[in-house]
Amino acid sequence: MPRLDSPRYTFFFATVVCVVCAALVSVAAVLLQPRQKANARLYMEKNVLVAAGLVKPGQDVGIREVDRIFDERVKARLVDLTNGELLPDGGQNVRDYDQRAARNDPAASRAAPANDAGVKRLPRRGIVYFVMREGKVDQLVIPVEGLGMWGTIYGFLALDRDANTVRGITYYDHRETPGLGGEIGNPAWQRIWRGRRGYDDQWNARITVIKGQAGPPETDPLNVDGLSGATITSNAITRLVRFWLSEGGYGQFLQRFRERGTA
Amino acid sequence: MSATTPAAGGFGRKERATLLEPLVANNPITVQMLGICSALAVTTRADKALVMGAGVIMVAMLANLAVSLVRSYTPGSIRIIVQLAIIASLVIVFDQVLKATLYELSLELSVFVGLIITNCIIMGRAEGFAMANPPGLSVLDGLGNGLGYAIVLLLVAFVRELFGAGKVFGFVILPLAKDGGWYVPNGMMLLAPSAFFIIGGIIWAVRSARPELQEKE
Amino acid sequence: MEHYLNIAIRATFLENMALAYFLGICSFLACSRKVGTAFGLGVAVVFVQSITVPLNNLILRYLLGEGALSWAHPSLSSADLTFLSFIIFIGTIAAAVQVVEMTIEKFAPALYTTLGVFLPLIAVNCVILGGSLFMQERDYTFAESVVFGVSSGLGFAIAIVVMAAAREKLAYSNVPAGLRGLGIAFVTAGLISVAFMMFSGIQL
Repeated sequence: MPRLDSPRYTFFFATVVCVVCAALVSVAAVLLQPRQKANARLYMEKNVLVAAGLVKPGQDVGIREVDRIFDERVKARLVDLTNGELLPDGGQNVRDYDQRAARNDPAASRAAPANDAGVKRLPRRGIVYFVMREGKVDQLVIPVEGLGMWGTIYGFLALDRDANTVRGITYYDHRETPGLGGEIGNPAWQRIWRGRRGYDDQWNARITVIKGQAGPPETDPLNVDGLSGATITSNAITRLVRFWLSEGGYGQFLQRFRERGTA
Repeated sequence: MSATTPAAGGFGRKERATLLEPLVANNPITVQMLGICSALAVTTRADKALVMGAGVIMVAMLANLAVSLVRSYTPGSIRIIVQLAIIASLVIVFDQVLKATLYELSLELSVFVGLIITNCIIMGRAEGFAMANPPGLSVLDGLGNGLGYAIVLLLVAFVRELFGAGKVFGFVILPLAKDGGWYVPNGMMLLAPSAFFIIGGIIWAVRSARPELQEKE
Repeated sequence: MEHYLNIAIRATFLENMALAYFLGICSFLACSRKVGTAFGLGVAVVFVQSITVPLNNLILRYLLGEGALSWAHPSLSSADLTFLSFIIFIGTIAAAVQVVEMTIEKFAPALYTTLGVFLPLIAVNCVILGGSLFMQERDYTFAESVVFGVSSGLGFAIAIVVMAAAREKLAYSNVPAGLRGLGIAFVTAGLISVAFMMFSGIQL
């Protein structure tokens, strides 16, 4: 038995503990990293599919199921957000594009133009998901984000091929007050967006989350029911959706798409 | 394990007491007032509380085991930092496993998984029990304290989710008025203050049942 | 400027470490029997928090984050050591507390007598680790992390002093036997937490 309090032994013991702990932690991290990356992507893509109405909210779909749907119906592409140009097809790798990381990378992003959605930086390249039907583009799904009451709200917005009519919306990551602003995560509220329009006749992004109830989409397409008790969150949603539909966000790309009727 | 367990037959009275006492009689949260920090923020939903409880149970058991195994080789001067290193490593492993398996829950638990490191229960049991007891008994102590923590967590989460959202583990128990049911949820239950009130209530109940725990002013 | 003020207000009041996130509740309850003690702990937390959050931010930025090591060698640009953040953070915190303690003892003995007892306690205080973890989760820049560190510590200090003041007054009330002490402390903390919620929605 060595003397427990000798400096040499103390140092030796500390080293052994460090090495053992480091080995344990590194092995776990290295072994599990592929699963974690796959999970993170699955989580995003599941929400893309929910926005597009291909997967029901809360439905339990695995990686294989999502891959199958993507193979059959969804094509991920990158858009140059500075001019709205669709970039050359990057194949499957596009699905691994991390827009949040790109936004924080000074080399891959720029300061956002002045806006009231709380967007500070914009990535140069933005992802867009084309949902196909019988060989034609049926829906466009774009990521949206902006500052809510407590933190950044992240979501996906699915638009019809007219690049105007909303087909679906999801908010998958937010910190809004549970029961009030947190209701943006409620599928029942997300459903009432369906059929609303993003732009007015002059192609200005005009969709608004109003206070109180909006009419049906046919007669009142530019308004969405507000969330009671959550005015700040409702306004934040209005601002962030408008921002991503306008020139600073995907506006230029959507305009091109509309004019050419194709990607 | 049996070589280090004093009682004959493996699972004697001492083992049973080590395992069962922290569940109610000497519960780490309501009686010892340890580990409350993380206990409250993750209790808005029962599934979050369950995962958090499982994490604390695992980390407490393994940390107690490891600390107890090396206890006679550990120099006293660095024992706290050794315990901290062991606990932190275990928590990292748990966090990594969680991200690889239950990704969505791991997002919701956010920083609170990491805060298991500073959970006083785990440090407290490692320093107070595992440093002085054989590995077998220490594992049981970790399990008992972890379970005691998980029970309180689930209890608080049950109340908060039931009255705040009409659900338990995501299943609708009280149909909400806005979804066509009759129950108007108590929004405060989902906000921070309610957790304080519920824990206060639990303490009141425990101390009324066992007056010897009451504080003299 | 507005942006930093916003972070400060939120960290101090809206997302108060103790009252909204329940961090450091153990010491929040244990050290809030007297205003003097509470003040001492509060100052110590502000002190340590303002040092460790920015320090950990630098570590994250230049050592741990994805590609953070590229300054050392281009081949390291794909290294991602973020999984080590928990253990590194707790290590920096323990070391920082130790250094702060020794520095104060040497240069400001008067301050040491008030803060001294609290400093070792703080190393395992959830507020401090939580502050660094929130900084990581929210991806703060260095300047933001300085603001966040100071103001989140300040928020905790305010909360614990208010709590102690309330508890001092409580000593004269007739509390039901089972609630006496910790039970009523929890209820009080809940009420203070309700009060802090009135700040919600403030945006600058």
